[in-house]
Amino acid sequence: MFSFKKTLAPTFLATALLAGSGASAFTACQVTDTGGIDDNSFNQTAWKGVLDAQESLGVEGRFLESQAETDYVANINSLVNGGCDIIVTVGFLLGDATAAAAAANPNQAFSIVDYAYDPTIPNVLGQVYATDEAAFLAGYVAAGVSKTGVLGTFGGINIPPVTIFMDGFYRGAMYYNAQNGTNVSVLGWNPETREGLFTNNFDSLDDGRAFAQNLYDEGADIVMPVAGPVGLGSASLANELGQDALMIVGVDADLYLTDPNNSHVYLTSVTKRMDATVTEVIARAMNGTFEGGLMVGTLENGGVDLAPFHDMAERVPAELVTKLEAVRAGIIDGSINVGE
Amino acid sequence: MSETKKPTNGFSEALLRRAAPDRAAWEDLVIVPLFAVVVALLLGAAAMLATDVDLATIGRSYVALVSGSVGSVNAISETLTSAIPLTLAGLGIALGFRAGLFNIGAEGQILIGGMAAVVTGFSFPGLPMIVHVPLVLIVGALAGGLYAAIAGWLRAATGAHEVISTIMLNLISYRLVDYMLRLDFIQREGRSDPISKSVLENAELPRLLTWLDPNLRLHAGVFLMIGAVIFIHWLLFKTRMGFEFRASGENPEAARYAGMRAGLVIVLAMGLAGALAGLAGANQVSGVLGRASPGFSAGIGFDAIAVALLGRSHPWGVLLAGLLFGALEAGGRQMQVDAGVSIDLIGIIQALIIVFIAAPLLVRALFPWGFSKAKTSAKE
Repeated sequence: MFSFKKTLAPTFLATALLAGSGASAFTACQVTDTGGIDDNSFNQTAWKGVLDAQESLGVEGRFLESQAETDYVANINSLVNGGCDIIVTVGFLLGDATAAAAAANPNQAFSIVDYAYDPTIPNVLGQVYATDEAAFLAGYVAAGVSKTGVLGTFGGINIPPVTIFMDGFYRGAMYYNAQNGTNVSVLGWNPETREGLFTNNFDSLDDGRAFAQNLYDEGADIVMPVAGPVGLGSASLANELGQDALMIVGVDADLYLTDPNNSHVYLTSVTKRMDATVTEVIARAMNGTFEGGLMVGTLENGGVDLAPFHDMAERVPAELVTKLEAVRAGIIDGSINVGE
Repeated sequence: MSETKKPTNGFSEALLRRAAPDRAAWEDLVIVPLFAVVVALLLGAAAMLATDVDLATIGRSYVALVSGSVGSVNAISETLTSAIPLTLAGLGIALGFRAGLFNIGAEGQILIGGMAAVVTGFSFPGLPMIVHVPLVLIVGALAGGLYAAIAGWLRAATGAHEVISTIMLNLISYRLVDYMLRLDFIQREGRSDPISKSVLENAELPRLLTWLDPNLRLHAGVFLMIGAVIFIHWLLFKTRMGFEFRASGENPEAARYAGMRAGLVIVLAMGLAGALAGLAGANQVSGVLGRASPGFSAGIGFDAIAVALLGRSHPWGVLLAGLLFGALEAGGRQMQVDAGVSIDLIGIIQALIIVFIAAPLLVRALFPWGFSKAKTSAKE
C-alpha cells in the first residue's frame, strides 16, 4: 500500500477546475479494471509504472478504479475531462471503451495494457507481452519440481492475455515430458480446444481458493492461477496446506515480494513487466516521441521473465536449473518454439 | 389456519411499515433522510481522517464530489445516466414494499431483462429505430417481469417467502447469464470470453447531448425514468389496482376480508416490480453499454433497494433518492480523480446513509433540535 499523503500531496483542484489550461506539470492518468489498484498483481504492477515515472520523470500520477465494467467508459471520460496528458487503460476488457474514447478524442494520447488493435489506432499505443515465453519456463520448472506429476492452472476470464499464460505453462510442461521422458499432466487448460477452468471474474478470492482446492483434490501439487487478486485466495489455501502439498506459481508481479503474507508458498512467478512498459510510454509521451502502434515485451528484452525461486531454491535441483537456462537460451535464439 | 397464512414475521413487517409509511410520518420522510445524508458525509470525513488523509484533501474531495455531480454539463449528464437504472429498479422495489413484498431480486431481474433486451437488440437488422428501441425495452421489461413473477407465484401458491426465492433467483440468473453469453448465437464472433454481440445502432437509446460534446452519455432513457415515476405514482394512488397493492401491504388480513385476491396482488406486484427492473437492465444495454457481459448489472439491483428505502417507497422520493445515488456515483469518480480518495469511500457514505435511515431514532437522538422545529411546523 502507498500513502495518499505522499503520492498525492500536490493540489489538483486548479487543474480540475481549469481543465486543459496546461499550466501544471505533465499528468499521467490510469484506469484500472475491476481488480483494483491494490490487487498485488496486474493493476498494481501497471500503477507501479506510473509511480516510477513520478520518481524518475517528475510527472503527476492519478488513477481511477473501476468497480464494475459499467465504469470503464465513464472513468475514461472523466479523465479525458481532467487534463491528462496520457491516459493508460489497464486490461483487455477496456479495449472497446478505449477505442471508442480514442476515436472521440483524437488529440488525446492513450495507451492500453494487453490489447493490440488491428489495424492500429493513431493515438493509442498498445502494450502487449509474449507471456507464453516466460510461462513456458514456469511450466518446465514446475514439471520438474512436481512430486505428484500433476500440475494445475485456471484463469480469470477466457481472453487472450490470460490464456497466453496457460498456453505457455502447458507447453512448457509438455516440453519437459518430451525432454525427460516423464508423464506430467496439466489440469485446467487445453490449448487445442481453448477450453479450461475460469472463475469468470478478477476479484473473488473465494473462487481462487475453491478452484485451487479442486485442482489439489485432483492431485495437483503446483497451481498457477492467472486471475490477478483471485490467486491470493489460492495462496492462502497453499499456506494452510503447506508447501509440500501445494505450491503456487504467481503471475504478473513477483508475488514473493508483493504478497509478503504468503511469500513462502510461491515456487516462482511469471513476471510481466507492465511497470517498465508503462514508464516507457509515459517517457515517450513526455519527450514527444509518442505514436500509436504496438509495444511488445519479450523474454529477450526483459518485458516478461521468470522470477527468482527465493526460499524455494532448495526444492529446485541444480540440474533442473541448468536445463532451465538452456531452455531460456533456446527460446531467445528461436530454437525452441513456445507456440508450436 | 389464519396464523399460518400470516405472510411475514414481526421483523420484516416492522421494516415494511417503515419503508411504506403514511402521510402523518412526513417528518420521518423528509427530515430523517436529510440528516442521514449530512451525518453520513460527516462520518465519511471522519473515516478519511482515520485513514491518514489530511484536512485539505478531505475538503478538496467534497468539492470534487459536488463539482463531479452537478458542477458541469458533463457532471449532470453522468449523474442522470447513473440515476436512470437506479430509479427504475428502485421504483420496482418501492412498488413491492407498498404491496408488502420484500423483493431482493432486482439484480437478477435486471440481468434477465438486459439479456432479453440485448438479444432483441442485435437480432433484427433493418428494423427502424422507432420500432426497434421500444421493442427492446418492452422485451426487457417482459422478461424481467416474468422472472420476478416466478417468485410471486411461489409465494402465492406455496407460501415460499419472496426474500428467499428472489435471492435464489439472483444466483440462478448469474449462472444463466454466464451460460447464455457463451451460446453461439449470442457470443460475439472471434471472442472466447463471455461477451454478447453488440446491440444494433437502431436499437440504441439515442444520446441526447452529443451535439454539445461527443463524450456526453446522457440518453433518452431519462424520459423513460420520468415517465415511469409518473406512471407508478398514478398507478399507486389513482387506480384500483394501486389501492389493492397498498391495502395488501398495510394490512393483508383486512385486504383479504375486503375481498381482494391476495395471490393475484402478489403475483402482479412482483411482476410489475420485475418489469421495472428489467426495464432498467434494457436501459443499460441499450443506452449505456451496447452489449452484455457477466457483470453488467453492476450491483444496481442492490443499490436500488437502498434507493427505495431512502425514497420511502414514494415514486417522487425514489426519483430524488435515485438522483442522489447517481450524483454520489458520478461525484465519487471525480473525488478519485481530483483528490485521490478511494472510491470505496463512496460506498461507505452510501452505507452510512442507509444505516441512519433505517435507524430514525438514532437521528432523532443526534439532532433533537431539528425535530422539535419540524414538529411545530408540521402542526401549523
